[in-house]
Amino acid sequence: MSIGVNVEHDFRNFRLAAEFNIPEPGITALFGPSGSGKTTLVNMIAGLVRPDRGHIQINDHVLFEHSRGINVPVRERRVGCVFQDNRLFPHKSVRDNLFYGARRNPRKLPQDEQQAIIALLDIADLMDRRPNLLSGGEKQRVALGRALLSNPDVLLLDEPLSALDHARKQEILPYLEWLRDHRKIPILYVTHAIDEVARLADHMVVIDQGKTLATGSVFEMLGRTDLAPLSGRFDAGTVLPARIVSRDPKAEVSFLECGEQRLVVPYLGRPKTDQVRLHVRARDVMIARTPPRDISANNIIPVTITKISDEPGDTIDVTMCFGQDADATLLAETSGRPKIHARITKWSGSRLKLQPHQKVFAVIKSVTVNGQLRDR
Amino acid sequence: MISLTPAEIEALLLSLRISGVAVACALPFAIIVATALALGRFPGRFILDAIVHLPLILPPVVMGYLLLIAMGTRAPLGAWLYETFDLRFVFSWTGAALASAIVSFPFQVRAIRLSLENVNHGLYQAAETLGAGPIDRFFSLTLPLALPGIIAGAITAFAASLGEFGAIITFVSNIPGETRTLPLAIYTAIQTPGGELAAARLAALSIGLAFTGLLLSELALRRIRKRAAS
Repeated sequence: MSIGVNVEHDFRNFRLAAEFNIPEPGITALFGPSGSGKTTLVNMIAGLVRPDRGHIQINDHVLFEHSRGINVPVRERRVGCVFQDNRLFPHKSVRDNLFYGARRNPRKLPQDEQQAIIALLDIADLMDRRPNLLSGGEKQRVALGRALLSNPDVLLLDEPLSALDHARKQEILPYLEWLRDHRKIPILYVTHAIDEVARLADHMVVIDQGKTLATGSVFEMLGRTDLAPLSGRFDAGTVLPARIVSRDPKAEVSFLECGEQRLVVPYLGRPKTDQVRLHVRARDVMIARTPPRDISANNIIPVTITKISDEPGDTIDVTMCFGQDADATLLAETSGRPKIHARITKWSGSRLKLQPHQKVFAVIKSVTVNGQLRDR
Repeated sequence: MISLTPAEIEALLLSLRISGVAVACALPFAIIVATALALGRFPGRFILDAIVHLPLILPPVVMGYLLLIAMGTRAPLGAWLYETFDLRFVFSWTGAALASAIVSFPFQVRAIRLSLENVNHGLYQAAETLGAGPIDRFFSLTLPLALPGIIAGAITAFAASLGEFGAIITFVSNIPGETRTLPLAIYTAIQTPGGELAAARLAALSIGLAFTGLLLSELALRRIRKRAAS
């Protein structure tokens, strides 16, 4: 499963020149500010906009190749689209909307898979309703179901949550996580919300003003301070993959493992060995030179400073990798050992005399697990 | 209850038949033209738009005159239609229907076009990504979504052709039982000495017909809206 895009297009006052490859399934976030060309790129993959030059490919299926004059018609591209404005057919029932694509597709999903999708999206009870009687969240679930039931090769989600309020977003996110974890379909997820990226995406393509700035795994990309102006200073931080290893409902805590590091978070109502995502904001991380005792924070991680970078204003960004062994900084670069960021004041930095390769302790004040804030 | 005279019934039924046939025959063309104007991007779109709207601006008498020239049995088009399809328009009710259809055509096209232009273009894109081709999209989206406009257009056009006078009298004359519709019957009654009462009765009939038409169209639109909302 892979998506390869390399396109150029000149609009009247905007030039799009984007290139990225996504080699694996999972969710790839196409991230960038409004007006950066994200939707245009998705429309090009869907075939709704024709690029001036370039190449678009999904798996072995060439959808567009300017030099060879290939431009596969939209309806033969096998892309499932969910648009920001749901685009359900207003004159058709939910059932007819859901099966609109499936009825036109010679390569249908087996009946039991269709039923599984409908059951998991919780839309079986809405079948006979018209779209205008659905809530915003229900509409997007039906739109998601309609795209999935058409059995596409790739799912293109163009800001599917941006028209929803916070509560409705929380309602949809678990379905998207389920899609990511249980269906072998590459998903391109357009968004300008970094919290959605942190929670859902495996890969990330950052675009700005029509150009791809960076491509890579989410864990690596969200730690890059050079992209912070785009991802938003307020939320800058680290996303870490972790596993639930044990839990203690009585003490109301769950124990997680991130790399070789144990972490404690308030009780998560999830089974053991479940994968979760931690989002640690840089402003929620303190640095201590000696292991602090008698402190309320539960997670104090021995780390080694890999980099200190100046930030505009009165703060510095300190990058640290887990562990205090001699080759910790090297391992962080080569074996993908987890890194964590702290944003502290310049004054603190000079007071503690922080410098690269120094062994310190990262004190984590709060962790967000799968988009839900878990304090201390 | 005041009973209608045979001549009045004849004029009424003729009016209804001519208008009904005119609207029904023009409808498919109106849908095609409205779709082309609303969704199509092709050279000559402006000219097509102008031609469709011509009957709205042109005096009906001119329309009747043009039809007479084009459709007369000795005119090339009229002769060809007569010889090939045995279709004769001059001095026949079919001619009255043709004149009504052309004069009321813009009403149908405008209403259908308006409802088509209100459809979110994104719906067509969504259908396309789901595998629907152009003809498929026309029948699964365009037609059902334009239905309120189609019905509204048909009712307006029907009402407009009930009142058509100039084009009919110029093209197919005023023949009792063949082309004498309600407006022509009223005109005849006024021209006849002592025909004031007959004219008034026919006028009242026309007013009653107009009200019934309005009522029916309102009911039809309400049902459509209700259906769309359920």
